[in-house]
Amino acid sequence: MAHIALSPDLPGIRGAMAFRPETARPLNALVEVLLTGPSTLTRGERELIATYVSSRNCTHYCHSIHGMIAAAHLGGDEALVKQVKTDFMQAAISPKLKALLTIAGKVQQDGKLVTAVDVEAARVLGASDIEIHDTVLIAAAFCMYNRYVDGLGTDQPDDEALYRERGRRVARDGYVTVSEEYLASNAHAAAH
Amino acid sequence: MAHIELPEGFPGISGGFTYRPETAKPMRELAHVLLHDENTLTSGERELIAAYVSSKNDCHFCQASHGAAATCHLGDPLVVEQVKTDFLSAPVSEKLKALLKIAGKVQQDGKLVTAEDVEAARKQGATDKEIHDTVLIAAAFSMFNRYVDGLGTWQPRDPEMYARMGRHLADEGYKEPSIKQPVGQPVHAG
Repeated sequence: MAHIALSPDLPGIRGAMAFRPETARPLNALVEVLLTGPSTLTRGERELIATYVSSRNCTHYCHSIHGMIAAAHLGGDEALVKQVKTDFMQAAISPKLKALLTIAGKVQQDGKLVTAVDVEAARVLGASDIEIHDTVLIAAAFCMYNRYVDGLGTDQPDDEALYRERGRRVARDGYVTVSEEYLASNAHAAAH
Repeated sequence: MAHIELPEGFPGISGGFTYRPETAKPMRELAHVLLHDENTLTSGERELIAAYVSSKNDCHFCQASHGAAATCHLGDPLVVEQVKTDFLSAPVSEKLKALLKIAGKVQQDGKLVTAEDVEAARKQGATDKEIHDTVLIAAAFSMFNRYVDGLGTWQPRDPEMYARMGRHLADEGYKEPSIKQPVGQPVHAG
């Protein structure tokens, strides 16, 4: 059971967001820019960074849903997503993404662990400044989303099919659009 | 030197914000709702939670700027120092102590927060919304701190700069930049 009175019908971050729409809006706007906005990193690559950081933080809801969104962008390749979670160095991803995941893994622990050598390694493999910036911020942002979901003791279902179905929808429609349904229905419920 | 080419003279998070306005906007809005908008927790209390988490994450820029903002709200710089070093002996309410305990656990890992921690805060009068906001402030500063440190931003040691920032943050909040022009460069009046 969650630590505060969240809707039992909305697992993970959705219950928390419906509880407080004023903070839900910037939280959704940030993830929308970072993971779906214009970028030279593909949406699949950015979702893999989010999934990897969430997996290292052991936040079941976040690494499951973002893993499924990543898979949806990567032709349904759930095995690749699992490989990135367990040992990304062995995964069939670009050397550039591996260098960015190394940076993301350090940010997940402590931003001060990122060294000039890590950044140079990513640059040598073709990473631009803005790609490095976005990698750092995706990793930092998921340290927030993960703590938010875990810290409120939200419901985090085990059912993979649930994440697969929702992952496809988020991959197709984006975060803000999908969030409007529960933010709006909550406002509606609150008004009655 | 920062890890990427951030605009010169913009310390800490203002470097990242100036570099990438698209992500700065929702981050500013989030900070504004959490720390400045109306709330049953005072802005001073919420800035103390932010400063405490930033101190536990050892992020100089964030703990100095939010410590300065807390000081502006509370009028006493000693409270901030006491909260950072040992909040249980600081002159703050029992409710805030219970919330700081939750914030300290979220800073490490959200899963460490127990039903007992939450019940203890409730016994001191904390509402669900106050507990929610405490968890999210602590989570958000786990992001802001990593962003500032992970980019290797310039984090000056000049207390006067943080005092000026703190004044702006306490009075105006987070929607507009507290640092509008490069710091440490000549300012041409009029």
